[in-house]
Amino acid sequence: MSLALLETQGLSVTFGGLKALNGLDLQLHQGELIGLIGPNGAGKTTAFNAITGRVRPTKGRVLFQGQEITAWRPYRTARIGIARTFQNIRLYDDLTVLENVMVASHCSIRYSFVEAIVGLGRFRSDEQKIREKAEQLLRLMGLIHAAGEKASSLPYGGQQKLEMARALALEPKLLLLDEPVAGMNPMETREFGELLRRIHLDLRLTILLIEHDMRFVMGVCQKIKVIDHGAPIAWGNPEEIQKNPKVIAAYLGDNG
Amino acid sequence: MSVEASPYRAHVVRDRVLSAASLGVLLLFLWYADSHFSPYSIRILNVTAIFIILAVSYNLINGVTGQFSLEPNAFLALGAYTSAILTLTPAEKARTFIIEPMIWPLSDIAVSFPVSLVAAGLVTAFMAFLMAIPVFRVRGDYLAIVTLGLGEVIQVLANNLVPVTNGSLGLKGLHPYTNLWWAWGTCIFTVICIVRLVNSSYGRAMKAVREDETAAEAMGINAFWTKTLAFTLSGFFEGLAGGLLAHLITTISPSLFTFFFTFNLLIIIVVGGLGSTTGSVIAAVLFSLGGEWLRAVEEPFTIFGYTYSGVPGMRMVIFSVILILVMLFARQGLMGRNEFTWQGFFEWTRGLAAKIRRQE
Repeated sequence: MSLALLETQGLSVTFGGLKALNGLDLQLHQGELIGLIGPNGAGKTTAFNAITGRVRPTKGRVLFQGQEITAWRPYRTARIGIARTFQNIRLYDDLTVLENVMVASHCSIRYSFVEAIVGLGRFRSDEQKIREKAEQLLRLMGLIHAAGEKASSLPYGGQQKLEMARALALEPKLLLLDEPVAGMNPMETREFGELLRRIHLDLRLTILLIEHDMRFVMGVCQKIKVIDHGAPIAWGNPEEIQKNPKVIAAYLGDNG
Repeated sequence: MSVEASPYRAHVVRDRVLSAASLGVLLLFLWYADSHFSPYSIRILNVTAIFIILAVSYNLINGVTGQFSLEPNAFLALGAYTSAILTLTPAEKARTFIIEPMIWPLSDIAVSFPVSLVAAGLVTAFMAFLMAIPVFRVRGDYLAIVTLGLGEVIQVLANNLVPVTNGSLGLKGLHPYTNLWWAWGTCIFTVICIVRLVNSSYGRAMKAVREDETAAEAMGINAFWTKTLAFTLSGFFEGLAGGLLAHLITTISPSLFTFFFTFNLLIIIVVGGLGSTTGSVIAAVLFSLGGEWLRAVEEPFTIFGYTYSGVPGMRMVIFSVILILVMLFARQGLMGRNEFTWQGFFEWTRGLAAKIRRQE
């Protein structure tokens, strides 16, 4: 078996006495599209936060391409190739849509701040490149018409797409999506599912996504991990998960 | 090439020509002012330039990067003392330091004014860099309190490091090197540097940190280094301003660099629009010129046969009322977060002309 792109070993996070995440083992291989589901408060977002370094894991390890990245600061996990979106959209509201995407290229620039001030050296070619890349991503996400507008002026669905465009601008190897279709209507959800599949294939991205919309998850994900009360309870393809008694119990209650 | 950007690029040449032309007009005006204006007016112009430098660099950390820092009086003092200590000749130093003689290497050093200015900038930037490490461990209100303490520390040091600063007596008899060319030259340099920086990827990173630090870090931006860069560059330019100020007023003492200075600058950048360099420049000009124009209300004059005897301090009352009005009717400040562009300027004048025509 080839080396996993992302591997978590017994990843645990404790807030005071609360076990938000308890022993998550996860293996993602290059090119997989995996769903992470579970009832509210199961620890899905905490798992993302622990992987990207927003919260410090109390136990366990995170490996990325075989390298240990446990408790790395978020900007370092981002630079090594892990991009994420946020459940409660976090855009740079007062910046334009284009600038929002361009921000993500900051770690790829080769010019120093002195070159920026003088305007010489690699400043111009790099800026040109960043701009073109951002415009290309906005075109892909269907947001190019709003490039000059403020991010806060976009409708909700547009903001979610912008978050995704921004994450893609990092040129990540692994994309973590936190409830990407929450609040979208069925039509928008279907369009987004197609877009996601296209991105997954075209860019050969590895994607891990959290979502409550079961039809969406079952439709796009190849494998699904289910967690409840911070602990993993099931793993399998969509059909297996749908029939798994533990999963049904977690969602509907034991006596359901 | 995108639909969005192409009309933009067609105007680049026009905008460059217009910018160069307005810079030329400013230089012509300074040249005229230099030989025709009274020393009093020239002094006001110099003060204006220094305030522009301070406001624009303070806005970089406070408005663009969004870190509520209250450091300018500390950095201004550092720059002023560094520059002043370096330009005084050994003989002058021996005469000034009457309580305790100045410590050795400093007592024998004397450099030219430009060199001292650069040194003031570099020393202040270096101190800012060192201070950034403890200071940016905290955010928001805590950051304000820590940086407020910075100013107090510098003042206490200036009062008690007698062999270096001459204590509370201060440094007197500095040469009035600061003229229109030095003040406005530094001012133009500062504005160009900061505008260019803000329009680069570094500027975008700073704004991203302001807007949402968590999201900025998730996009690979090291928030701590970004803040440190903004703070250090702010320090550099505030140090330059300190050097200019010292050689404009020719006497500096610790009591000059109180929190009041920072407070005034905070008012300037808030009134101008936090985060807008254009706003900072406009507000700095209004603040320094307006303060002088308002002196009229403190002097006696006769209007329609009524004799007004002039009330000392009236200036500050009117000033406060203006501030309240700005905060009531233009809460985002004069410019909000917008910047001046020639395109925007033309559209604005066109809109204004259309409005006037409609009213006729």
